[in-house]
Amino acid sequence: MSAASMPAGPGSSAAVPEPGRRIGDVILAVENISLAFGGVQALADISFDVREHEVRAIIGPNGAGKSSLLNVINGVYHPQQGTIMFMGEKRHQMNPHKVASQGVARTFQNIALFKGMSVLDNLMAGRNLLMKTGILQQALYWGATQREELAHRRRVEEIIDFLEIQAIRKTPVGRLPYGLQKRVELGRALAAEPRLLLLDEPMAGMNVEEKQDMCRFVLDLNEEFGTTIVLIEHDMGVVMDISDRVVVLDYGRKIGDGLPDEVRSNQAVIDAYLGVKH
Amino acid sequence: MPVMPASIQGSAKVSTADAALTTFPRLLLHHAAVRGGRPAMREKDLGIWQTYSWTQVLDQVRALAGGLAAMGFRRGDNLAIIGENRPRLYWALTAAQSLGGVPVPLYQDAVAQEMVFVFQNADIRFAIAEDQEQVDKMLEIQPQCPALRHIVFDDPRGMRKYHQPAVTSFDRLLELGRQFNQDHPGYVEDAIAEGRPADMAALFFTSGTTGLPKGVVLTHQAMIATGRTYCEFEGLGENEELLAYLPMAWIGQNLFSYTQSMVAGFCVSCPESSDTVMIDMREIGPTYYFAPPRVLEGLLTTVMIRMEDASGLKRRAFHAFMALARRVGSRVLDGRESVGLLDRLAYRLGDLLVYKPLRNSLGMSRVKVAYTAGEAIGPDLFVFYRAIGINLKQLYGQTETTVYVCVQRNGAVKPDTVGPPLPGVEIRLTDDGEILVKTPGLFEGYYRNDEATREAKDAEGWFHTGDAGFFDADGHLKIIDRAKDVGRLVNGTLFAPKYLENKLKFFPSIKEAVTFGDGRDHATAMINIDVEAVGDWAERRNLGYSGYTDLAAKAEVAALVRGCIDQVNLDLAFDPRLAGSQIHRFVILHKELDADDGELTRTRKVRRRIIADKYARIVEALYGTDPTVQVEAQVKFEDGRSGTIRADLRITDARVYTPEEAAQLTRKAA
Repeated sequence: MSAASMPAGPGSSAAVPEPGRRIGDVILAVENISLAFGGVQALADISFDVREHEVRAIIGPNGAGKSSLLNVINGVYHPQQGTIMFMGEKRHQMNPHKVASQGVARTFQNIALFKGMSVLDNLMAGRNLLMKTGILQQALYWGATQREELAHRRRVEEIIDFLEIQAIRKTPVGRLPYGLQKRVELGRALAAEPRLLLLDEPMAGMNVEEKQDMCRFVLDLNEEFGTTIVLIEHDMGVVMDISDRVVVLDYGRKIGDGLPDEVRSNQAVIDAYLGVKH
Repeated sequence: MPVMPASIQGSAKVSTADAALTTFPRLLLHHAAVRGGRPAMREKDLGIWQTYSWTQVLDQVRALAGGLAAMGFRRGDNLAIIGENRPRLYWALTAAQSLGGVPVPLYQDAVAQEMVFVFQNADIRFAIAEDQEQVDKMLEIQPQCPALRHIVFDDPRGMRKYHQPAVTSFDRLLELGRQFNQDHPGYVEDAIAEGRPADMAALFFTSGTTGLPKGVVLTHQAMIATGRTYCEFEGLGENEELLAYLPMAWIGQNLFSYTQSMVAGFCVSCPESSDTVMIDMREIGPTYYFAPPRVLEGLLTTVMIRMEDASGLKRRAFHAFMALARRVGSRVLDGRESVGLLDRLAYRLGDLLVYKPLRNSLGMSRVKVAYTAGEAIGPDLFVFYRAIGINLKQLYGQTETTVYVCVQRNGAVKPDTVGPPLPGVEIRLTDDGEILVKTPGLFEGYYRNDEATREAKDAEGWFHTGDAGFFDADGHLKIIDRAKDVGRLVNGTLFAPKYLENKLKFFPSIKEAVTFGDGRDHATAMINIDVEAVGDWAERRNLGYSGYTDLAAKAEVAALVRGCIDQVNLDLAFDPRLAGSQIHRFVILHKELDADDGELTRTRKVRRRIIADKYARIVEALYGTDPTVQVEAQVKFEDGRSGTIRADLRITDARVYTPEEAAQLTRKAA
């Protein structure tokens, strides 16, 4: 047998290096967004941008409008004013389905997975938008469908390998501890092969060790796959460690934007977090 | 089929077929020629088992050896190998050996600083590491180990930013090797032909409880002879399946998954990750299995928990059939005649309904031979596996003897011995009971440490194991303790503290035990109860308690523990050598022994001397006559604060049996 026909060794599939993490052009820009629910002003005149390959954090106290902003970006909420530019296209509002097919995936504060389905099936479901064959073909599972499914399964297995969840591949999600469910949810979002990944408090409710693991996964996927990440996080230590730039919201207004160190020394931010004497 | 270069036959200066199989690389050539298409290794990658045939393995090893040679690896060089069980790391073993070098497998969970000595001691210039974690350790110690020039990594994840000149990827190494082999045809083959059976085959560093680690030098002939005899002894052939899941740096893993596989030509599978071993076991269905007692215990606990969750009918069936299995299972397995027809039929039924499904879910359906070793195994645990039809046996050996001293024979298995000496092994006992061994698999010496070698291996070639033991009436070796810990009572009776402590710890209610007796009139014990097991026991009896200290002070608990100690004493009474060391008095300690307080090692071994000093008053009370002793102890809490506990501890007398009493009692029970 010749050397060339040797099956690929372990890990060699991931050996082709991406050009690495170079922060690129603006991929998403939110301009003068305002969102109100009745009399409640959730977001007021917010503008910020996200560059390709960067880790962008949104922080702020409870009720500052962080999740609302994420929901505006992926089209769940429709802002009354402002525009969103995504991959060169300027829109007044986003449509969740369309956004997803354009390469935006997200995770939720309270885990959104099919609890009764296995980890594997949840991840396969995450690739739904990438499947091309029709429902009839899929029902017959023949020809193109079979080939397609195999290709998707391979990609899902790579994600399982990446997130080190091989041992729970066939376990129903509902039986997993919380920290692992969070990891599976990240996997589900990754399965869609997003260009832009929105993470809503990926580390909420985790212990220190789980947080460290999650940080490593976020950094690794940013580095290995070059995925652009927007994340909301409460843990200031985590935010300052892993993000390239930080936006700070308070009562629906943007009070800070910049490098972690700049934000940390910003008086408005300190006031919002520590409170001020009136 | 591989194209065998002419130079192999040409330059191999070995005449008989047997002589051709005297080094590991030659064994690999042999398998590639004889069973080239058969599986040699398997690994699960992206959820699918990938199989490598012997031909493919040879191809990889040749490329790898070429790559190492291209980087300057020469005869006599040492190659550090660090990582979990991965096929590529196994191939690195053979590649180093092909060039006349010596692989040095290291424990993957060792911290960087623990490796410094090994790298310095063995002048290691080349290292193959599994992943980023291991590479980081190598880079950390590189300033202290300037000889280390080349670090090759297998898994490229996270390695993109490593631009150090010393760091090379495995794929790059293979590429280099293929180029080198093209430019230097026959180089690797000539190097293999030059290898001698008496060459060093591997270096295993033993942790050593005191001082620096020692490198155990094993030759090709010692390892191969051992592997061959084992395979003959157990009848292992090319059809065996084995899952390699214990550390590569451990001699046992090397013997089972490298040496024996190389000798018999069977296939070794590597688990997907350390978390998936149970799943992989079920998929591979190994025929040959090794597990230390703690793994077996973990599996049993999983089974028991799942049985408690099962439906009432299943649970009742399980318990009924397990009772039968405990009674007759071992005898059925041994093929002894003494099992009645009715029991035999019932066992058959049990096999269909309970034992077989159980073996299947443990991944042990096809296990022909299973070993356990490393520490004493509780008789209940041992008998459980045998009862459900798994041929679990104990073995005894050290790194220095290539794990080849004693193994229990099929059909003659006892829970408390390690079996008779294997063919070709000589054992001698010193007057102190220390076990001395001579085997064909004996080590050459400790690497660059003649002093330690002289201490361990005497002029006549006997290896001093440091273990104490004796032969029982059937010629089975019984290990009792480390020789240096074995003492004598005043009247000269043997006192083996660990032996007694293990016997006590096998009871679920007893978590830790510390025994005293060296230089005393009789033996005594300090007990830590298992707060979960005893707590559960207390709850079922409506016995309220607030915590460990409260529970340990209950008279009912003292009675429970006394029952255990009486049982141990009764067992000891049958053994003329140990009957004198029955436990006369015991105390249940007011606090749990804790590594944070320096009372246990980090691996949960009791530090007997420190405990004796710290609790000197209690020890004196154990040898006094008072029924209580007052203690005051400093304790460190989890949050770092320290406080004082004051308590009156009850000292209880246990029952001591004479051999006649013991015999009488057993007769009555029968």
